[in-house]
Amino acid sequence: MTNLLLELFSEEIPADLQNKACEDLNKIVTNALVDAGLTYKSSNAFSTPRRLCLMIESLLNKSPNTREERKGPRIDAPEQALNGFLRSTGLTKDQLEIRNDKKGETYFAVIEKEGRMASEIVSEIVNETIHNFPWAKSMRWGSRSIKWARPLHSILCILCAEDGVETVNIEIDDIKSSNVTFGHRFMAPAQFSVHSLEQYQSGLKKAFVILDAQERANHILEDARNLAFAQGLELVEDNNLLKEISGLVEYPVVLMGEISKEFFSLPAEVLMTSMKEHQKFFSVKNPKTNRIEKFITVANRTTVDNGETIIEGNQKVLFARLSDAKFFWENDLRIAKTGMVEWSQKLEKVTFHNKLGSQSERLKRMSFIASAIAPLANADIDLANKAAKLCKADLSSEMVGEFAKLQGLMGSYYAAEAGLPNEIGLASKEHYSPLGPTDIVPSSPVSTAVALADKIDTLTGFWIIDEKPTGSKDPFALRRAALGVIRLVIDNDLNESLEKILAYGFYLNSISIHNLSMNADEQYIDLDENNLDQICDLIDLNQTYKIREVLKDLVSFFHDRLKVYLRDQKINHDVIDACLAMPNNTNFSLLAKRAKVLQEFCDSDDGKNLLHGFKRANNILIAEEKKDGVSYEGIADLKYAQLDEERSLFEILDENETAIINFIDNQNFKDAMNSLSKLRSPIDLFFENVQINSDSKIVRRNRLCLLNRIRLIMKSVADFTLIEN
Amino acid sequence: MAIIKPTCFQDIILHLQTYWAQQGCAILQPYDMEVGAGTFHPATTLRALGPKPWAAAYVQPSRRPTDGRYGENPNRLQHYYQYQVIIKPSPKNFQELYLGSLSAIGIDMELHDIRFVEDDWESPTLGAWGLGWEVWCDGMEVSQFTYFQQVGGHDCKPVSGELTYGLERLAMYVLGVDHVMDMPFNSPGSIIELKYGDVFRQTEQEYSRWNFDVADTSILLQHFEDAEAECKHILGEPEIDPKSGNKIIMAHPAYDQCIKASHLFNLLDARGVISVTERQSYIGRVRSLAKACADSFLKTEAGGSFE
Repeated sequence: MTNLLLELFSEEIPADLQNKACEDLNKIVTNALVDAGLTYKSSNAFSTPRRLCLMIESLLNKSPNTREERKGPRIDAPEQALNGFLRSTGLTKDQLEIRNDKKGETYFAVIEKEGRMASEIVSEIVNETIHNFPWAKSMRWGSRSIKWARPLHSILCILCAEDGVETVNIEIDDIKSSNVTFGHRFMAPAQFSVHSLEQYQSGLKKAFVILDAQERANHILEDARNLAFAQGLELVEDNNLLKEISGLVEYPVVLMGEISKEFFSLPAEVLMTSMKEHQKFFSVKNPKTNRIEKFITVANRTTVDNGETIIEGNQKVLFARLSDAKFFWENDLRIAKTGMVEWSQKLEKVTFHNKLGSQSERLKRMSFIASAIAPLANADIDLANKAAKLCKADLSSEMVGEFAKLQGLMGSYYAAEAGLPNEIGLASKEHYSPLGPTDIVPSSPVSTAVALADKIDTLTGFWIIDEKPTGSKDPFALRRAALGVIRLVIDNDLNESLEKILAYGFYLNSISIHNLSMNADEQYIDLDENNLDQICDLIDLNQTYKIREVLKDLVSFFHDRLKVYLRDQKINHDVIDACLAMPNNTNFSLLAKRAKVLQEFCDSDDGKNLLHGFKRANNILIAEEKKDGVSYEGIADLKYAQLDEERSLFEILDENETAIINFIDNQNFKDAMNSLSKLRSPIDLFFENVQINSDSKIVRRNRLCLLNRIRLIMKSVADFTLIEN
Repeated sequence: MAIIKPTCFQDIILHLQTYWAQQGCAILQPYDMEVGAGTFHPATTLRALGPKPWAAAYVQPSRRPTDGRYGENPNRLQHYYQYQVIIKPSPKNFQELYLGSLSAIGIDMELHDIRFVEDDWESPTLGAWGLGWEVWCDGMEVSQFTYFQQVGGHDCKPVSGELTYGLERLAMYVLGVDHVMDMPFNSPGSIIELKYGDVFRQTEQEYSRWNFDVADTSILLQHFEDAEAECKHILGEPEIDPKSGNKIIMAHPAYDQCIKASHLFNLLDARGVISVTERQSYIGRVRSLAKACADSFLKTEAGGSFE
């Protein structure tokens, strides 16, 4: 048994590549070792900015001998068959054995392979691994042809057994493997030789290198928390930043610095973003004032002045950065005070999409759509309109120019500065949401209206210019936008069909696409006064779109997203289909409610039996209607009922029919299903005891019409024909 | 080597010149044209191409019209200096050589925190890219460190190592100055003491005004078209000079026109007359000039063709 140590020492590897590189190195080398017959007890990979390292414990010294028997052709087989067999086994004819097989005398090859030394196998594997390493991004350097994330300087590769250490021979261009490594770039740059896994790690530690990224991260987090705590402050933790910083240092030294008081007036988000994005600083909060007042930086070394020079330098850089931020903030506030007019004007020159016009045009469209949605969302129409017009004004601000991430949020600060109602600022901040399936959905009425307008404008615009998602490509994040609409509608219970609003979106976008200069009155459509056809006609009038087809396509895109959304809520696809087949299926709130209750119903005992009864009734009807060439839509009459079970079915239908239809009209699906449940046993009894076929044509017809009545009632709740048993 | 601490802007430049001269670089002079960065100097762009070894260092005045702040911003300027080092093939100890240059300008490695932070460099106008780092000193970016992978659409073989120092920022840091205009230009105590502001405040104001508000965009547009046409015209000429009968490929004169087009594009951009969609097309036009110049340079002796 032996231990393998491999260290690939290079110039600084980008932090975000290190983790995957560790995993890949471990996986690739160990897979190859096992394939070659070298098994081992455990393997671990580590990374620092300058090294990738793999440790394998208890590796076999030698791969086992192998013996393989292969059956060849019969001895009387044609010459070619024998030659082919010799080629594939690498043997000569006299090395073959002849054995008596079932079918006669046959050649057999016995291939015995001597096991190979671990050093030989490892050398080949490491060589191969370095040449084909799956870096996301790699480079050449000097006159060499190999590629690595950054220039590779040395390879430490040793096998450590009890009886001594062996350097595995690897040569790549002019880089030759050895048993030495180097310490910290500045604190202990000298080389030292390595003879065991333990001594490698302890040697590195002495040379100011902490090999394990997790250990570095723990160390940073603990020191940062303590440093803040000792001054009565709190570290604002940030896992992504912590991970990144752990990949930038070999010997983390945590230092705390001051933020100059003149920057305390900046919004906390601005301070935190600037410090994180530009300087990779952690923010430190004063819990008493709730302000960000200090920062934590992580240096890669200790110094004789305990980091004083380093802190001073970092403070100076931060001062310049925050001076910039403050300059932007103050300029922005000046423009905000005037109601952000200048920014809105600037957006006239910013292209949203070359076919769909400028950002400013888009905002205008959004404002019409937001006004149309406002009543549904219980929002004030004028407020929703104004909020939509201003919600992206901050895109022209200097702060958002510097930190795109702060879009929307800055808008809320600037809206407050402009003295606008809170709802407008909130809409600016919230209208991009929800950004993903777990992101928070806005709930205030104006934000809801604007968030919907944002997404509906996007979807209708890209749909009309036929820029739809295909396969994995969705450059304009239209799937996310559609899911956003669905979640906004359902979470806020916007209980109405969206068809007309979507058509309105098409109308507004068609105006932009064709550069029609229209005034606001011409763009306004009163959705209460116009039906869907009238709106579609308006669009088709000027252009050549088949707008109804585009609308149908967009609705089916929404339905696909809705299916994904509902399936996540444990609603089966057939239940969803049964609801989608009902009228008003662009009222997503209604759809979701119906689907939820229907799923519960189908899961219940009553539901399962009733579904069974329905299918039976439906199947009989389909068969008989086909046979007779008529449809049994007539009214069943109690007076032709002959059996008790028939009569009680009439009775229960009379009792419940109106109620069910009323419940459905009032979207009270729960009670509608409860009433449906009452039909279960009369239907069961009916089928048990009543023969549909009768000598009397009138009786038979009456029974079929009775079945049809069941079918109609149930179909008013959902299309049960689509539900699987 | 004892280091005499620099006391003014020009000391920093002089120390860098001396240091890189000692490392064997040819100390070249700035290119005599308006460029956006030291990389545009043909000593970098063109010499990074082809197989011939190369080592040069130089100061390059650089212009970025959109960065003009009328001399008021503590560290933003529309005209500033870059120090550029290029060595082909990139030496094995390039990082150590670079760190040596920081020591040479008075940065004490024992007191400061130097870090190599990932930065992928790309110049869409030059059709060039490389991998490397921003070098941070106590959290401040003091240099760009790049291994060129492609220039003008051609793979760099061998690879050049390139260093770019932003001289004003670096000097301000070393000298402990907060506003660039307050930085001593020559040695404090000289007969005529000059600050950076004495040399450049007025020009920053003048150029800021011109760049942002006055430059005649129709003339600039015309110049852009002219430079593009002349570049293509030069490259379209036959390789054999009819007068002498010698093969004279005019890669450098053509490249001058490419540099011109690139700077004119920057000026137009500062005037705010280039829309987002047009931007891409202008960049594409400059890139295709750069590529054509690179193609033609590779056919010349310096490009390694006559061996």
